[in-house]
Amino acid sequence: MARILILGAGVAGHTAARHLTELLGKQHEIVVVTPNAKWNWIPSNIWVGVGQMTEEQVTFDLTEIYKKTQVDFRQAKALSIHPQGSADSPSPFATIEYTCANKVGVKENVTYDYLINATGPKLNFDATEGLGPEHGYTVSVCTASHALEANEKLQHVINRMRKGERCNIVIGTGHGMCTCQGAAFEYIYNVDHVLREAGVRDNARITWISNEYELGDFGMGGVHIKRGGYVTNGKTFAESLMVERGMDWITRAHVKKVEAGKIHYELLDGSFHELAFDFSMLIPPFSGVGLKAYGKAGEDITAQVFAPNGFMKVDADYTPRPYMEWSAKDWPQTYQSPSYRNMFAVGIAFAPPHLISKPMQSTNGTPINATAPRTGMPSAAMAVAVAKSIVDMIKGAEKPTHTASMAEMGAACVASTGSSLFKGTAATMTVYPIVPDYEKYPDYGRDLNLTFGEIGLAGHWLKYFLHHAFIYQAKMKLGWSFIPD
Amino acid sequence: MGKTTNREPYQQAYYPPSPTGFTRMMRTCFIWQLYRFLVINVKILKMMAKSRH
Repeated sequence: MARILILGAGVAGHTAARHLTELLGKQHEIVVVTPNAKWNWIPSNIWVGVGQMTEEQVTFDLTEIYKKTQVDFRQAKALSIHPQGSADSPSPFATIEYTCANKVGVKENVTYDYLINATGPKLNFDATEGLGPEHGYTVSVCTASHALEANEKLQHVINRMRKGERCNIVIGTGHGMCTCQGAAFEYIYNVDHVLREAGVRDNARITWISNEYELGDFGMGGVHIKRGGYVTNGKTFAESLMVERGMDWITRAHVKKVEAGKIHYELLDGSFHELAFDFSMLIPPFSGVGLKAYGKAGEDITAQVFAPNGFMKVDADYTPRPYMEWSAKDWPQTYQSPSYRNMFAVGIAFAPPHLISKPMQSTNGTPINATAPRTGMPSAAMAVAVAKSIVDMIKGAEKPTHTASMAEMGAACVASTGSSLFKGTAATMTVYPIVPDYEKYPDYGRDLNLTFGEIGLAGHWLKYFLHHAFIYQAKMKLGWSFIPD
Repeated sequence: MGKTTNREPYQQAYYPPSPTGFTRMMRTCFIWQLYRFLVINVKILKMMAKSRH
């Protein structure tokens, strides 16, 4: 019998758990540890953040789902991992602390044969003074509860505009090292849409602010697509969308500080500026969740297992090189820890070898660049590959048998607005591969037959369909495994 | 202040392309979008097939 311990039950962790339950017999044990018992389909938080979906429509209780399977679910947060065991335990283990009401604060050591770290990111609001819904002045859509609060504040601003007041709305990224621009991009279009529906759009000045070098970078160094007889950069289309909806944009920006109604930011040229706001949704930077690692004698081996940003080192090539020597081959294939063969990290929890976009610094030395995205689609693909590798390793394989490099997989992103199937619209974008490979595709780094973008109702239908399909799949309802991850 | 009879050039919004009326109409044309829905799905399935290992 083998015990597989999964830390985290977001897109990556839950996908790994689903596939392991399907592929492994009942003689093996799957333990899932996550501090929040509610699973959240994060892409649809955008709709919660503008009041077009409820929290219940984008979340469900994992306890009920796992009861139907052999998964041993523990509502707890992971504190540390001990991959060599300890003086008292010959087996490797993780120390967890329960967060459920009946055992809150109780600590426990959970041994494992295989560990999947799928803890996702820490939403690092503290990186920017005054950022975030808890101790700051901006809202977020990173969790369902954040999105609910964002909508409450948005409705308050809409009511002010109904009375004739002019309001400034600022949406984007809240630090020079943020990723996830796509979520903010989708949110700004949804906010524009609800303001138009409320009849108050003329009273709003909507401004995009981000750490991207140009609009449409999305932390992937931008994309090129074929359109109108040309191969054109995505910047053109992103700017066109902004102009069509009457929005302004500020790029190459590091938000330094947020005060009530005022954002202080620095630009790549070293200049400092202020931007007034009545409502602002800024995505925070991400970091690892702060897991520690200890050796057999209790010595701290965190720096051996994790990168300085808190994400877990895997089979990537972390050798520091200049940007012009970066390669698609630097990106991990199997997500196995280089130090411990029974440890893997998937989704946002793994440490990328470097950015995808070119690193930039302001003249004051402030890093201002979009960091690498790891969205739902690649996270799920990594989780499936790792689950299959672990199954094969349990059966005797010496090393991981499945790969899911971000330099060999694509991703789709749909920014959709409106709840009506006939009046909504969407910008649909796919890229293949996510990490450009200039050795395979010398001109643009990507396959232009599989990298495309378009605007229209079709993308809106796709997003609506994906919302229901992925929640059905995540609930492990009849035939879930036939739905592609 | 006199009547505005000209438009400020060289602003942020001056440069990006704008969709024509025909392009905007096609974005919501049910038949065309039904076809595009099929095309997008086929492209995404091809991309996913190429991503598998």
